[in-house]
Amino acid sequence: MNSDDILSQVRGIIADVLDQPDLKVDRQTSADNVEDWDSFNHINIVVAVEARFGIKFHTADIEELRNVGELVDLIERKLQARQPR
Amino acid sequence: MSMRLADLHWLPATAHFADELRRLAAQKPPPWSDLVRLATARIDFVQTNRLDKLLQQAAPAADDTAGSVRVAVLSSSTAEQLLPALRVAALRRGLRLQTFVGDYGMYRQELQDPHSGLHRFEPDVLLFAFHAQHLLGNPEPAMSHDAAQALVDAVGEQLRALWRLARGSFKGQIIQQTVLPQYPALMGLNEHRLPGSGAQLVERLNALLRELADQERVDMLALDRVLSRDGLDVWHDPVLWHRAKQQISPVAAPAYGELVVRLIAAQRGRSAKCLVLDLDNTLWGGVIGDEGLEGIRLGQGSALGEAFLDFQTYAHRLARRGILLAVCSKNDLQTARAPFERHPEMVLKSEDIACFVANWSDKAANIRAIAEQLNIGLDSLVFADDNPFERNIVRRELPMVSVPELPEDPAMYARCLEDAGYFEALRITADDFERSGQYRANVARENLRASQTDLQGYLATLGMELRWQPFDRVNLPRIVQLINKTNQFNLTTRRYTEDEVLAVMATPGALTLQLRLLDRFGDNGIIGIVIGKPEGDLLRLDTWLMSCRVLGRQVEQATMNVVALEARRLGARSLRGEFLPTRKNGMVREHYRQLGFRCLASSDGGASSWELLLSDYEPFPTFIKLVRSDS
Repeated sequence: MNSDDILSQVRGIIADVLDQPDLKVDRQTSADNVEDWDSFNHINIVVAVEARFGIKFHTADIEELRNVGELVDLIERKLQARQPR
Repeated sequence: MSMRLADLHWLPATAHFADELRRLAAQKPPPWSDLVRLATARIDFVQTNRLDKLLQQAAPAADDTAGSVRVAVLSSSTAEQLLPALRVAALRRGLRLQTFVGDYGMYRQELQDPHSGLHRFEPDVLLFAFHAQHLLGNPEPAMSHDAAQALVDAVGEQLRALWRLARGSFKGQIIQQTVLPQYPALMGLNEHRLPGSGAQLVERLNALLRELADQERVDMLALDRVLSRDGLDVWHDPVLWHRAKQQISPVAAPAYGELVVRLIAAQRGRSAKCLVLDLDNTLWGGVIGDEGLEGIRLGQGSALGEAFLDFQTYAHRLARRGILLAVCSKNDLQTARAPFERHPEMVLKSEDIACFVANWSDKAANIRAIAEQLNIGLDSLVFADDNPFERNIVRRELPMVSVPELPEDPAMYARCLEDAGYFEALRITADDFERSGQYRANVARENLRASQTDLQGYLATLGMELRWQPFDRVNLPRIVQLINKTNQFNLTTRRYTEDEVLAVMATPGALTLQLRLLDRFGDNGIIGIVIGKPEGDLLRLDTWLMSCRVLGRQVEQATMNVVALEARRLGARSLRGEFLPTRKNGMVREHYRQLGFRCLASSDGGASSWELLLSDYEPFPTFIKLVRSDS
């Protein structure tokens, strides 16, 4: 899975969690510029991402995320670590 | 497919959730019945939250007899992530649920202050959920056995005091969640040898809470049982605990909501009562019509045969504790019955089956017939069939029937039903143990009726005896159970707790009647409850309910004779009756008219009030002998 595929899936998850089906999401999107992306929904996004990709974030990982791009990169790293080639 | 409870694996998956949601969102307001249907699909927590959002916009159903349930969650940690799941799980059962969540840690103040948000909310259900550290603090591993015991006892008493405080202010159900095992073990597999271990203290506390809860009539939300199935990691995420003080992970929220609502539904008599079983590849391997008695796989000797045997054993044990069993099979009747009568390995015998239907009609029609013959609502039925095609037809035709998504391997059938929790029960009465015999006797009565051409002749041959007496302590659990679960033959559907019933029993001039029907086929158990409250020289019939399985046998008339007799003895000159309509009690709309009452008033909503002057009362002639049973 490349980072575009991941971004597309993450976009779907964020739109579902925030219940905004037409939400525009790109790598620069962050909690600050999306309505309803509060700390409660942030956790839901993280948990939904973990469930979808079958990965687990560390306590420190979640603290450091600044935007969707960084989330996508983190997922990609986790997926690679899980399936070394 | 995973078999974790947290995944709601017994519910059918849906591929069209997003489309359905969009379609419903376009309708303003979204129709209640469509929302219910969507809630019966297997959905995850994100979908649950979205469905909940739509649910908030739905108008209350016009005939809102499902009624709303007001649930207050009093927790020592964050509970907001659970509320949508609670509301959606209630929706799944056609209940409208409103939630209140106290500020965390403030529950004691909320309970004590009569002006608190909690008191203004007027909850019907109080759910207490506390985390281990909140109750047990930071226990010293080196503490003595006695000190550990004292600590656990003190926490137990603290919770008992809290329940009593709640009981003093609110009527309704109190639910206590068991404590999650959040302390890591200090020794390991023999942790029980270290009294001061947090893990060990939690186990002892949970055991004590069960005892205390029984004494205080509090219902347990035994998450520890569930965790032994799913594993703690599925339900509790330490990362989320530190980040947001969420004891229960959002991933497990839908299952959490489902478990809580099971307890609420059970309290309201909405648990299923009957398991309807398919035969071929559900109770045995293979097709009896093709392979014959010798060909089907059942019993010791093959793994598959043993798996089916296990499932039969589970069904049999459910029946022994009061769940009715029925058969619904596409087969010739003779062929279908043969294994029950002649196969040596069958655990289930003909006499275990309250209603046996095997023919070539469609299953939905047959399931309807089963509900009619047993005189229970379709929503009291669970239909277990290995065939996805039949399951889907029944779901489509009879959405009120519960149809679990049985896994392909029969070894997992019992677990699937267990996890689905359709038969959730809070307590067991002696009548539960007798039930399947009572229904079997009913079938024998039906057969006799079929052989008797006139009803009068039939009734005369039954040798019926109605034994009546005022409420007493011994039968109180069964009386309270009937008051809280009878839906159809129930004039007012007023639900009372044990304390409230005790209060009526202590009221001078009040009429309390429990009626038991016997006939030549056996004891039907307590089949009728009447409560009358005195108002000057009239007696108001506050509650009149009966078991549907004795209808059409003059029991209503015989009961009326007892009521009139007793009312006179208590000094009443007239009786006042009420009918309060619900979605389920249409059958008793004309009850009082048929008993000779005069209609005083009726409202647009269908409620009516009725009067009978006792001076004019002539007892109904019946074939039932009246016997006062306590004298």
